[in-house]
Amino acid sequence: MTALLSIAGVSKRFRGLVAVDRVSCEVEKGEIFAVIGPNGAGKTTLFSTIAGSLEPTEGEIRFLGERIDGLRPDEVCRRGVARTFQIVRPFPALTVEDNIMVGALLRTADTAKAAATAQDVMRRLDLFDKRDREAKSLTLPDRKRLEVARALATAPQLLLLDEVMAGLRPTETDRMVAILRELNAQGLTILLIEHVMRAVMALANRVLVLHHGAAIALGTPEVVTREPAVVQSYLGAEAL
Amino acid sequence: MTRLFAGTPTHGLVLLVLLLAALVAAPLIANDYLLTILILILYFAYAGQAWNIMMGFAGQLSLGHALYVGLGAYTASALYVHFGVAPWLGLLVAVPVAMLAGAVIGFLAFRFGVAGVYFAILTIAFAEFARIGFDHISYVGGSAGFFLPVAQYTQNDLWNLRGRPVMFYYVILALAALAFMLCHLLLRSRMGYFWQAIREDEEAARALGIDTFRYKMYAVVISAGMTAVAGVFFAFFYNNLFPEQVFHISRSIELILAPIIGGVGTLFGPIVGAFLLTGLSEAVTETLHALGFEIPGAKQVFYGICLLVVVMALPDGIWPWLARRLGLERRS
Amino acid sequence: MPLDIYLNVAVSGLLTGLVYGLMALGLSVIFGVVRVVNFAHGEMMTIAMYIAIVLFSAFKLDPLVMMVPIAGVLFALGYVMQAGLINPFISRPEHSQFMLLVAVAIIMVNVLLLIFGPDARSVQTSYAFDSFAFGPIIVDATKVYAACAAIVVSAALFTFFKFSSVGKAIRACADNYTGALVVGLDVKRLYALTFGLGAACVGAAGSMLAIIIDVTPPLGPQYTLLAFVIVITGGLGSMPGALLGGVLIGMTEALAGLLFAPSAKSMFAFAILVLVLLFRPQGIVGKRA
Repeated sequence: MTALLSIAGVSKRFRGLVAVDRVSCEVEKGEIFAVIGPNGAGKTTLFSTIAGSLEPTEGEIRFLGERIDGLRPDEVCRRGVARTFQIVRPFPALTVEDNIMVGALLRTADTAKAAATAQDVMRRLDLFDKRDREAKSLTLPDRKRLEVARALATAPQLLLLDEVMAGLRPTETDRMVAILRELNAQGLTILLIEHVMRAVMALANRVLVLHHGAAIALGTPEVVTREPAVVQSYLGAEAL
Repeated sequence: MTRLFAGTPTHGLVLLVLLLAALVAAPLIANDYLLTILILILYFAYAGQAWNIMMGFAGQLSLGHALYVGLGAYTASALYVHFGVAPWLGLLVAVPVAMLAGAVIGFLAFRFGVAGVYFAILTIAFAEFARIGFDHISYVGGSAGFFLPVAQYTQNDLWNLRGRPVMFYYVILALAALAFMLCHLLLRSRMGYFWQAIREDEEAARALGIDTFRYKMYAVVISAGMTAVAGVFFAFFYNNLFPEQVFHISRSIELILAPIIGGVGTLFGPIVGAFLLTGLSEAVTETLHALGFEIPGAKQVFYGICLLVVVMALPDGIWPWLARRLGLERRS
Repeated sequence: MPLDIYLNVAVSGLLTGLVYGLMALGLSVIFGVVRVVNFAHGEMMTIAMYIAIVLFSAFKLDPLVMMVPIAGVLFALGYVMQAGLINPFISRPEHSQFMLLVAVAIIMVNVLLLIFGPDARSVQTSYAFDSFAFGPIIVDATKVYAACAAIVVSAALFTFFKFSSVGKAIRACADNYTGALVVGLDVKRLYALTFGLGAACVGAAGSMLAIIIDVTPPLGPQYTLLAFVIVITGGLGSMPGALLGGVLIGMTEALAGLLFAPSAKSMFAFAILVLVLLFRPQGIVGKRA
């Protein structure tokens, strides 16, 4: 069975700097796949190559069997890969509902149908009460959920989440984890970059660890977090 | 029609109807001079709406919109003077010409990543190009000017747009009303949402699957085409065209004053702005006149001060503030 | 046409171009540091030109001699503009800042129109009709003096930015706003200082230009555009770039005026602008952002 997303020997070089170093892995349909590693390990760069905002220097990225490396970000999204940003980027002057409508309008030109999708997404992400609020007036946890909601409205098969837990308090983290679990149960494949280990352990089926751009471990969370190399470079002895 | 205004509070609709009624009835009580002022107001309201599509909806600052006015004006006039083509048919050529110009500018800018202030400067450059270039096109009069034959004012010839101010008034009123409805529809359409997304955050818009290049092109081309219609009106109302004036950057700036003062990105902004600006400036000019001053530049200083005050105190324009006062707190 | 004429025109363009370069230098400094697009740049220069003219007609004072005081007046104007009007706008969206300066520009041009009327004014110095001959090349004395003054002022500015502590502080603000704040620089005051310096450049350039060309109020917007063309061509934020751009545009204008119709000369400046914006937006000297 072909994987949903396959990354084969992907590298990204910025002049002299090797940000991503021949990373390969496959994400199966229906799983939650986490990418962890210290800062500067190349996680967001890897994401960007998948999402299309950067072009890999070498390697191939395939989604549903077709190559997507080198495509523009909007083309990648249309194929079914949606992403969120590490630093959230809501449309400040638009309401929560309008923000999500923009996402929903990718799949339909009918504003009524898009509105229905938006309503549905808002309920699932617990944003319905705030639908008429301007995005710029939202708190950070709400903005994070809006970011996810907007991406979700594009009806993706794969959702790329870039540090979606950052800045959230433990209760909010748990809430987000619950939402993501539910979305996954409904068939959404999730690829997430995360520092918050609590979330990684709770969510991920498999974890990829990056260090200096290269993959140093790949496996279930329990296995990976015990590997000496991972402990050495990232987690620290206290994590054990 | 009812779906068009769904979501607008009832008293808002009432006000709108009253305004429309007042405008339709105006010629009954206004003399020709006042009518000319109203024509000017509605002209700026119309042109302002057209410019607003590019700036207010799609977030692209154009400071060279006089280019499209001029292209529309010259194309339609040339067809009329040289071939006797009526302006309503001339439109069919003038609008595509302007749209093509817009497409060229948009394509060059967006393909090469020219954005923000650089884009604004690019638009200025193209308008200046036209200003100097048209000085040398003798087919349309060059720098000496291009003149439309002025007929007797006894009959109103709607087809050829020759006639009394009243006729022009209703034409521009219809145009302004149509522009308003068109913008309303556009704003609520998928394109309107995509434009606003691009305006707010182009990269985030791309991440949601929006082909930003395509939609920015739509904005530029539609805005250019609409503005060309204003140009055709301009030509047939004033009956003379000079490249130095028509394409001048002051015209471009005049066009944008009303929407900026009224409220960029709103539907009523350009209208409110046009009324306020033109109305007040005429009042100022009249007062100075009455006091015995005939000062060139006084009107412009007034514009400048208005613009300054609005930009500093009401950065979103007057309409949003007014709307809050009138309890019309909705997305228009 | 004989080579002599081309050479003469080119040199004449080069000299005028140096003055243009100084004007553009002011804009480059302002944009490079404060990141504000000074749409009133040409208008400020026109103010300086009118001051020079008034001083000349009232007191027979040579504009080049009055260059320093005029630059001082413009410095004050620029400082006040930045401190009073623009500083609160730093965080506002680009088009807001732009509109603010458009408004200021409109007011400036039309106040000048109100005061001086639309007719052209000029300064006829005692050496207005003198010229120097270098072999086959004959140049107007006014242009030579103006160009020399432009070089001197530019050199002074370079030295200031490179070697003085205030100059370095300003460059720090340009490089890294937050960093500058963190090390305790009074960024707002430095911004005002920078705008003042940019305005002073324009003031000096205005005094120089006053002896070369006639002044009318609409010159303001024309020179604003020209300044932008030069700065973008040379490279935004690059001081040598501004001078280089000025010379390039000055020569292009002069030669285009010779080869084609005189009125077409600005078309070439704009053509260059479009090409630069499309193919080398960082300008000739600038670095890719």
